[in-house]
Amino acid sequence: MPLRRGESTASRSGPDGLPRLLPADTTRPEGLRGHLARHGFVPYRNDRLRLAGDLRAAGLTGRGGASFPVYRKLEAVTAVGGRPFVVANGAESEPASSKDASLMWLAPHLVLDGLQLAVEAVGAHEACLYVHDTEGGQLTSALQSALSERWSARIDRVPVRLAVAPPRFLAGQETAMVNLLNGGLALPTFAPPRVFERGVAGAPTLVQNVETLAHIGLIARYGADWFRRVGTRAEPGSMLSTINHADGSVRIIEAAIGTPLRSLLAADLGTDGIDGPAQAILAGGYHGTWIPAPRAAELTLDNAGLRPVGASVGAGVLAALPAAHCGLAETARVAHYLALESAGQCGPCLNGLPRIAKGLATLAGMRPPRQVRKDIERWAGLVAGRGACSHPDGSVRFVRSALTVFAAELRHHERGVCSATARRPFLPLPPATALSDEDWS
Amino acid sequence: MSTATDMDKQLRVNPIECSGHGACAELLPEMISLDEWGYPLIDPRPVPPALERQARRAVNGCPVLALQLGRKP
Ligand SMILES: Cc1cc2nc3c(=O)[nH]c(=O)nc-3n(C[C@H](O)[C@H](O)[C@H](O)COP(=O)(O)O)c2cc1C
Ligand code: SF4
Ligand code: SF4
Repeated sequence: MPLRRGESTASRSGPDGLPRLLPADTTRPEGLRGHLARHGFVPYRNDRLRLAGDLRAAGLTGRGGASFPVYRKLEAVTAVGGRPFVVANGAESEPASSKDASLMWLAPHLVLDGLQLAVEAVGAHEACLYVHDTEGGQLTSALQSALSERWSARIDRVPVRLAVAPPRFLAGQETAMVNLLNGGLALPTFAPPRVFERGVAGAPTLVQNVETLAHIGLIARYGADWFRRVGTRAEPGSMLSTINHADGSVRIIEAAIGTPLRSLLAADLGTDGIDGPAQAILAGGYHGTWIPAPRAAELTLDNAGLRPVGASVGAGVLAALPAAHCGLAETARVAHYLALESAGQCGPCLNGLPRIAKGLATLAGMRPPRQVRKDIERWAGLVAGRGACSHPDGSVRFVRSALTVFAAELRHHERGVCSATARRPFLPLPPATALSDEDWS
Repeated sequence: MSTATDMDKQLRVNPIECSGHGACAELLPEMISLDEWGYPLIDPRPVPPALERQARRAVNGCPVLALQLGRKP
């Protein structure tokens, strides 16, 4: 294989337009040879601080849900001192999301380039790729071969261990992940210390989503200006999004941040959100926010654009709920799942989420007592902000938005009518969620 | 702009450790009440100097050491 190490990457111009992260041929994974032909050798910096500077100029933020500026994390981890550890978070525990699995499957080497560059930038000696295996072992074995191939070709400077995330919603939360990697269960811990201060094996730990790392692999090659060619001024670049369409199909797309939802969800919203098959859009997944379809048709896929309706891009999940389905019933199903996924460690979360879920199940039925909605609202206030992790906050955001967006449907239910004609569950959930203790490890 | 001094102490509960004994609410009712399940609802404002001794008693009175008094994070 022709690995020309001295090759100047600066002469390469980045890909025009989109997609940037995913290869043109999405029918099969891009191997090492194809990857190097497309992007050239890993542009190691041989300098710790340069990458953070480029990422700051690029304005790259995390793609795992919180949109936190990446350069600030690099700086925070470096400032602690000692030998940092880096984790690529590919747990993708959100049931309605599959963008990370698709990226790791189709373009594993771009993610792994970004991981090595992040390792170099913080001066780490060890790294880990943390994945939730979906395809019956297919994804982890493909990643393992990719890692071995890179090691033999001397592309990677630091060995990367592969770790498998348990199939739990909280498994991708960073303190739960660190707990698991340290030999414990995948349960959140109470910060401080934050993982950037003390994480895996007590080392300052940098945790980045796998898509974030893939963007690093591109920015290091093509520069900040190239990265900013798409996206908005405040939120530059592109992002992967898992789109759960109203017809039941699921698509992974790479969109410029700030793209109108109307164009991403054209088949669902129609021209104005009234003439399409969707009644509401769920933005940001099961910790996200319901938006009425006509309102969604006016919004864009960026945090600034979604803020007026209390939503954020999160990890890029969009779901279009067809008009034939009951929004309250769908919300109740998901709330039940979220309650079962509570790690049950904190009193308010342990007590509140199951009550909220039960209340929603009552609202999803006929003639719910008026008090039930008031109870749900009170419990929502009692769980938000009172857990060791943000699971209750996210769950409550989702539930509260449903009570607003499906308020008209709730009035129907109070009169004993449900306007839904389809009874089949719509939003994706893992098959069985009554899990035993072992499933946390 | 206010500068953070040693006086800017805040109460925080570790919700994983807290078992809802409610001892803290008895020792510092001015700043801690209990929710309908018996878990503490804590006033997020800085502890006024006049209440600091009492706050320390509440911290020491928690049987599982879940209550913390510290600088604002
Ligand atoms: C309940 C919960 C679940 C999470 N699951 C994931 C996940 O599956 N994958 C992920 O990358 N981040 C997940 N996160 C966010 C991580 O804690 C962490 O912020 C992220 O991996 C940092 O990477 P980024 O800054 O590149 O986005 C989750 C957070 C919470 C609160
Ligand atoms: S807030 Fe809930 S999910 Fe998070 S650690 Fe506490 S009990 Fe577990
Ligand atoms: S005394 Fe401790 S365990 Fe009891 S409610 Fe207060 S903080 Fe929780």
